[in-house]
This record gives sequence, C-alpha cells and structure tokens, in this order.
Amino acid sequence: MAMDGPLNKAGETRARFPSDKLTEIPYDLYTDEDIYRQELETIYRGPVWNYLALACEIPEPGDYVTTCIGETPVIVTRDRDGRIHAMENRCAHRGALVCLKRRGNAKLLTCVYHSWTYRLDGSLRGVAFENGVGGEGGLPDDFDKQAHGLKQLRVTEFCGLIFGTYSDATLDFETYIGPEIAAHMRSILGRPLKFLGRNVQVLPNNWKIYNENLRDSYHASLLHTFFNTFKLNRLSQEGGIVVGAGGGSHISYGKSSTGYDHDAYKEEGIHSLKDMQLQDPTLLDAVDESGEGMTTRIMSVFPTFGLQCHYNSIAVRQVLPKGVGETELVWNHVGYQDDDAEMDQRRLKQSNLVGPAGYISMEDGCIGGFVQKAIQGVHGEIGVVPMGGETVESTKGRATEVSIRGFWKAYRAVMGV
Amino acid sequence: MADAQTYFRIERLLADYARAIDDDRLEDWPDFFAPDCLYKIISTENFDQGLPLGIIHADSQAMLQDRVSSIRRANIFEDHRYKHFVSATQIIDVDGDIVHSISNYQVIRIDVRGNAMLFSVGKYLDVIDLGGDRPLFREKVVVFDNERVDTLLALPL
Repeated sequence: MAMDGPLNKAGETRARFPSDKLTEIPYDLYTDEDIYRQELETIYRGPVWNYLALACEIPEPGDYVTTCIGETPVIVTRDRDGRIHAMENRCAHRGALVCLKRRGNAKLLTCVYHSWTYRLDGSLRGVAFENGVGGEGGLPDDFDKQAHGLKQLRVTEFCGLIFGTYSDATLDFETYIGPEIAAHMRSILGRPLKFLGRNVQVLPNNWKIYNENLRDSYHASLLHTFFNTFKLNRLSQEGGIVVGAGGGSHISYGKSSTGYDHDAYKEEGIHSLKDMQLQDPTLLDAVDESGEGMTTRIMSVFPTFGLQCHYNSIAVRQVLPKGVGETELVWNHVGYQDDDAEMDQRRLKQSNLVGPAGYISMEDGCIGGFVQKAIQGVHGEIGVVPMGGETVESTKGRATEVSIRGFWKAYRAVMGV
Repeated sequence: MADAQTYFRIERLLADYARAIDDDRLEDWPDFFAPDCLYKIISTENFDQGLPLGIIHADSQAMLQDRVSSIRRANIFEDHRYKHFVSATQIIDVDGDIVHSISNYQVIRIDVRGNAMLFSVGKYLDVIDLGGDRPLFREKVVVFDNERVDTLLALPL
C-alpha cells in the first residue's frame, strides 16, 4: 500500500516564497532536491492531469505505450473493447517492470520475472504455479487476486489526447483547463489525428524552467532570432494570451500577416537580420488551417503538457522530470488522418522549425541550462517576472509574463505554499 | 560486387564530408549534395516503425544552404565542435553511377568547457552519384540510435 511521503505534511516544505506576489520566484525551487522530491509526490501524484499519450499511438485493441508520470513508469493500453487504461508499470508481486518496450501490442501483460499476467485493464489474471507443484507451494487460499493488480490511474481522453491522474479530486478535464483553452485545443486537434513520430530531447535544467519557457511569450522573438528575421512571430503582431482556469493552462497566439510595419524592434535595437532570405522558401509554404490567420499557437496544461501549432507543424510536447536538474522533452508530431501526400510533406518540412534542431526552438534546449548553471550554489535569491504587472489575467499583448505567473499560481495552489 | 576503386571513392567522400564539418567548414557542407537531394536525420525508433518524422528534413541543397545560414547567423547556442568517426562502410547496391552504401558513425561533441561526450551514434544510409566531376550525395539519411538528443543539435551529422 502507498503511504504519504514524509514531505507531504503541512509545514514541512522547503518551497517558500517571499510573499503572496506571483512575480518573485526563489531560485532554490529549481535546485533543491527535497523540494523536487516533494513535487514528485504532491504535484505529479496530486490533483493534476498528466499528459500520457496520443490515442492515435494506440489505435488497435492490445496496443500499448509506456511513459512516465513524474519519474514513475506507466503503461497506457487499449483493451479489447477499445477502452483506454493507464496503470503503473510495476508488477504487484516483486515490483519489476511489466512492459519493457516503448510500445507494442499484447493480449495480456506478462511480467518476465515470475510470469504473473495482467489483463489490459491492469487486473491480475494469473499467477504461475498458482496451485503449486505436486500439491506443494502455490498461492494461499486467502490470497486476494483482485487486490493485486497493477495500480490503476484515472484517465481521460480529450481531442485524441490521453491524460492520467492519481487523484480522485482532480477536476474533470474541461473544467481543469477552462472553456477558452478547450475551444482552442478543439480547433487544432478536433479531427482524427495521424501520428508522424516523436523526438526526445534532454534538457539540462529543472522541469519548471521548461514550463516557464513554454509559457514565456516575451522571450520568443528575442531569443529565437529566426522568428524575427523571417517575421514569423513578433510581439508587435496581432495576437494575445488566454490564461485558463487556475492559471495552469494557457494559449499564446499570433498572426504573422500583421505587425510588419511596427518599428518597435528597431527602436529597441534588437538583433535581426534584414538581408537574410531563405534559398528554399518552400519551408514556409504554409496553408491557413486555423481559418483565422493564426500562424503561431502555443498552449500549455499544468504540469506536463504543451501543444504547438506553428503554421502547419503540430506537435504535442510532454515534459518529464528526470531529477532536479534534468528534464526530458518529448515532441510528438501529428497531422490529420485525411492529409494528402502534399500535406504530409509540408508538415515534415515545417517540422524543421521545432524539435532538438528546430530553427525556432533550438535555443530552448540550452537556455534552461544557462539558468540552471547560473543558479548553482545560490540560496535565498529570487528571479522576477514583472512584465505586464502582477496579475494572471488574459491579455491582448504578448510583451508580458502573465502565463508564467499563471504557472506559479497553479504550482502554489497544488503545493499549498 | 563493387570494385576497389568504387570503395575508395565512397570512403574518400565520407572522409571529406566528415572533415568539412569537423573543421568548421560548414559553408562547404551543402556542396557534398546534389541539387535535388534528400538529407534527413531520423531516430531509429521512428525509422524502424516507418514513421516519417526526423529532427532535420531537407529535400534540396538550397535547404541545406539555409540551414548553414541559420546556424551561422540566426541560431544561438554555445560553441562546440564535433569529431566524426565513420566506419564499416559497405556498398549494398550499384546501379550505373548510383551507389547505395551504408556506414556506421559516431560523433563526439566537444563543448566550451572542454568536455567530450558521445553525442550521436548510428548509421548513414547513402545514395551517391559517382557520375559527375566529384561524387555527390543524392540521399543521406542519418539514422541515430541514441534517441535522447542531449540539449540540442545545431551542427549537421
């Protein structure tokens, strides 16, 4: 049986903020091992929806994929009736991994250690030599097989996305993200999806630094100069930010057909390269699938999920903590099932924009590491997110840190600090 | 069966290609490719499942030139360099001037602090045109085994 972690008691946390203001973030939160352990327990096993997989990764009965919640291995399955289940990837007998592969198809899940077998919903089906051998050994008569399944999670599916939670208290998913974020998510993912593949990137920084980066509309055109140079995303473009319920989810969007004539960047002396032109402009041969001219949309759901739609490049980003100073970022690219060959090719070409070698995302791989390195050995000092004030309200402009404050609002609520 | 001269030309191309990247002559890198080439870096996981997603996907020499321009002038990352180790080259098909070959590679990445790490290991699936003045890649598909890409990939493999 699970027991409460020792840090999960009120008043024992080392995660402390200088005040109720959401603009001041102590650096200790990114480097303290005890805080990290508490986050794994309180957040990841708490009242949050953790992104697990795409439904289109497991289309057939018996399909499964393995992933993690926090650092805990999890299996996501589709049973014979098409229902989706999620369970811990840990045999109820001696604690070994049950599924060893990243993905597969199976009628039953069998632990290799002692051949205990589980149904696709995680319930225990059979135990090797249950009746012993020659009348000796075997399971006691009073052994309750129903109480020894794989530990099951609550799951929900929204727009082809599978989320899981340990807590009965987690709000239903649409309430959790709020109606506006749900509507934006439907507009991108509300059609049958086609899985194009995934890429995995190891970030040398705490998981919260990437979550902040994902919500940081302010940095995008300043750090990522590819954006500037080709006018893909500038803060002077028409756009905005919507912060969802509780602060934990957000969408930031922009329209590249607007805002070219603003001199804001010139006035600020910001690096961009006027003479740089693509030799092969087919990279950006995009079609407007949003119907509203939106060329950049970035969304997040606390604490593990990001969704990006840059032109026709659609990717679901999963944020996995791998220790206090390491984060795994998984990029799952999708198209629509009714995409033709030309559209497939377009999405693949535009996939050059993002990922570990992405023209407009490459810097995010190292920027978190620059923070993580710089805050080593520093205690009691804070960073600030003052841009756009102190609130977490939705806004028209994007020169703001409103969604980062939203992240910390959600974080503090779950952590109780 | 390919003759020794063909093997020699292929191996010399692979060595020249690796040397150009390792010696930071990135501007020369697109010149190893035909104008209508395919250059792709893709994980073994995606490749083996028939999933098309890579981490770089270029279908023209001009896209490779754009990649170099972006690396040199737009993208921001800590300075680093590579050492390529290419080995076990096999010619698997010869059709006139077009040669299909496969090689293993390792790339060691050296960072600004002097750390060297095994950054990428995998295989090159090459389609090479030997018909012109110099051999050119029609296709170079880099299939990497270590799917967890450390920090970022800026320089080509």
